[in-house]
Amino acid sequence: MTDQGLSAQGAGPRRSVIDTLEIDVRLLGMLMAFAAVALVFTIWTGGTFVGPRNVFNIAVQTVPVAIMACGMVFVIVARHIDLSVGSMLAMCSAVMAMSQAQWLPALFGLEYGNPAILVATILIGLVTGTLIGSLTGWLVGYQRIPSFIVTLGGLLIWRNLNWFTTNGQSVALTDPNLLMFGGTEGVLGATASWVVGLIASAVAVWVIASARRTKQGHGFMVKPLWAETVMAGLIVGAILFFVGWLSRYPIPEAKLKRLFEARGEVMPEGYTAMHGLPISVLILILVAVVMTVVAKKTTFGRYIFAMGGNPDAAELSGINTRLLTVKIFALMGFLCAIAGLVAQARLQSHGNDLGDKWELWVIAATVIGGTALAGGVGTIYGAVLGALIMQSLQSGMAMVGVDTPFQNIIVGLVLVIAVWVDILYRKRLGLTK
Amino acid sequence: MNQTARTPLVEMRDISISFGGIKAVDHVSIDLHPGEVVGLLGHNGAGKSTLIKCLSGAYQKDAGQILINGEEVTINNPRDARAQNIETIYQTLALADNLDAASNLFLGRELRRSGLVDDAKMEAETRKIMGRLNPNFRKFNVPVSALSGGQRQSVAIARAVYFNAKILIMDEPTAALGPHETQMVAELIQELKAQGLGIFLIEHDIHNVMKLCDRASVMKNGQLVGTVNVKDVTDDDILGMIILGKKPAHLAA
Ligand SMILES: Nc1ncnc2c1ncn2[C@@H]1O[C@H](COP(=O)(O)OP(=O)(O)OP(=O)(O)O)[C@@H](O)[C@H]1O
Ligand SMILES: [Mg+2]
Repeated sequence: MTDQGLSAQGAGPRRSVIDTLEIDVRLLGMLMAFAAVALVFTIWTGGTFVGPRNVFNIAVQTVPVAIMACGMVFVIVARHIDLSVGSMLAMCSAVMAMSQAQWLPALFGLEYGNPAILVATILIGLVTGTLIGSLTGWLVGYQRIPSFIVTLGGLLIWRNLNWFTTNGQSVALTDPNLLMFGGTEGVLGATASWVVGLIASAVAVWVIASARRTKQGHGFMVKPLWAETVMAGLIVGAILFFVGWLSRYPIPEAKLKRLFEARGEVMPEGYTAMHGLPISVLILILVAVVMTVVAKKTTFGRYIFAMGGNPDAAELSGINTRLLTVKIFALMGFLCAIAGLVAQARLQSHGNDLGDKWELWVIAATVIGGTALAGGVGTIYGAVLGALIMQSLQSGMAMVGVDTPFQNIIVGLVLVIAVWVDILYRKRLGLTK
Repeated sequence: MNQTARTPLVEMRDISISFGGIKAVDHVSIDLHPGEVVGLLGHNGAGKSTLIKCLSGAYQKDAGQILINGEEVTINNPRDARAQNIETIYQTLALADNLDAASNLFLGRELRRSGLVDDAKMEAETRKIMGRLNPNFRKFNVPVSALSGGQRQSVAIARAVYFNAKILIMDEPTAALGPHETQMVAELIQELKAQGLGIFLIEHDIHNVMKLCDRASVMKNGQLVGTVNVKDVTDDDILGMIILGKKPAHLAA
């Protein structure tokens, strides 16, 4: 399947390195934009920007928006929009916050730290998100109300039902199991991170190798072996570098002491421990991988792209586009719940304005990541990268002391320019009519 | 009319459908036998595409019956039609422009391996069938938006013939094709007919109709003018039916 407008065109008989590697040009562009942002702020901050601590923070802060952006790719590819994601996140978070802090302990007498709270809270959150999303999808798919309208209404409705759920109060979150999803409170440590990194590398190599074997099995052309090796090398390098870098970010001594005390032990002299991979980032990676497989390798994903490319053709091919619409929005709601879980754990509280205006960030990340609002085109990795670029920009600007209003202006400009450059580029290549 | 002895493969009885106030199809009855090609003719807007869309499941008829092998069937959507082994090449081709040829060919009926779509297998199958239909076709890994009109048409044709249809509906299948490709489609129609398929062929080129069809049904303003055996008439007779909306005198009796 070709869900990339750009990678499609063969560039004549002479094959450049980029062609041989079959790197998609838009991905390359985004990686270069990301590198440029990183480079500028690294120089500007004298290196702090790429320090393990800041990389860790950027990664953790990117997670909620990036998770929702993965769902937004499907929504936009299917020619819809979801303006209610920030409010859905708040609604799911409100329900989860009330569950863990009040409802479950009060109703079932579950004591502090009981794992049942963890399981029940997550289930309740996911069900809430999925139900809200399904309702949206039903109104859009079966009742034919434009998604813009349904979700604009949803933006107001869920934001304020969230307010009623918590009586307008912030809910402080203390359940240690649930706070694990926030970032600094839930990390793998250096050793486990390396193990995860090595497993991920092995899986990446295996996927590349088996794709190559399948192609050869059918007698199709494959890239030269060196090109395949270079690609695999780059991917493995990136994974291990990321893991290695986060494994150099030490946990503060005071906090380690507290952890030991909580277990009734005394911290040995000179003991150190590293953060390593945060659990929230692992969740994002898992979501991104699963969503990529869904997009490229399942009929569900295939039908979403078909519907975005030509809704009539999808319908005439026997695809139940109405039910498909419900599923797309249900998945969006489900991902909002996961994002809510991470966002509230990071802040260790649920506030009424949690996720306020995040729909804008999510849509911007998705679009910067190459998803076309006209539908039919988009990638998951693009959206994640888009979210990462925006978060890096914001963090960088905050570090060098750019005022918040200016930060927003810059991000707005970046959004418009990113899409503009893309359009100019496509025109140049003759990819648009 | 010796066909009355056998049960027709398809019988559309008294079909009507209107859009708002416009009667696009007005009490039309046509039928089709195995191994037969029935041409559907008429001026632009006569209601040909609308009529066959009732059979392919794209539209729901307002009134009338559809019988397949003598039994009444309900066709509410394209899935119902596919379940009856009805395949359709639409005038608009109905391709998802952003997907490649193989994804379009198998859309809604993907080949799977351990639950996941098997793109390599589908591409291999697509290469096989395109090798038969349009040997010059090379563009397997690009979205069909990058194909020429004729190439797109051959993808739509491949999709219709790949799945062992019993009933084939072709709505102007050669409209965008060059002379060589048109010739190949003509041969394909004859081959499928020999295999016992029934084919509804909507076609404006009277020459092709005379060459390929056994019978021809002519429509005008949503109504059926009449159905004739092609070997009993001249092309002028058929043109007369299309333009004047009357059966030729020597057959009307
Ligand atoms: N979805 C629709 N909504 C409203 N009117 C329609 C619709 N589809 C067809 N019609 C009308 O029904 C009539 C018959 O159209 P149809 O497409 O069946 O003609 P046709 O015989 O296939 O013509 P052509 O040779 O140009 O393809 C036309 O007047 C058309 O405007
Ligand atoms: Mg027509």
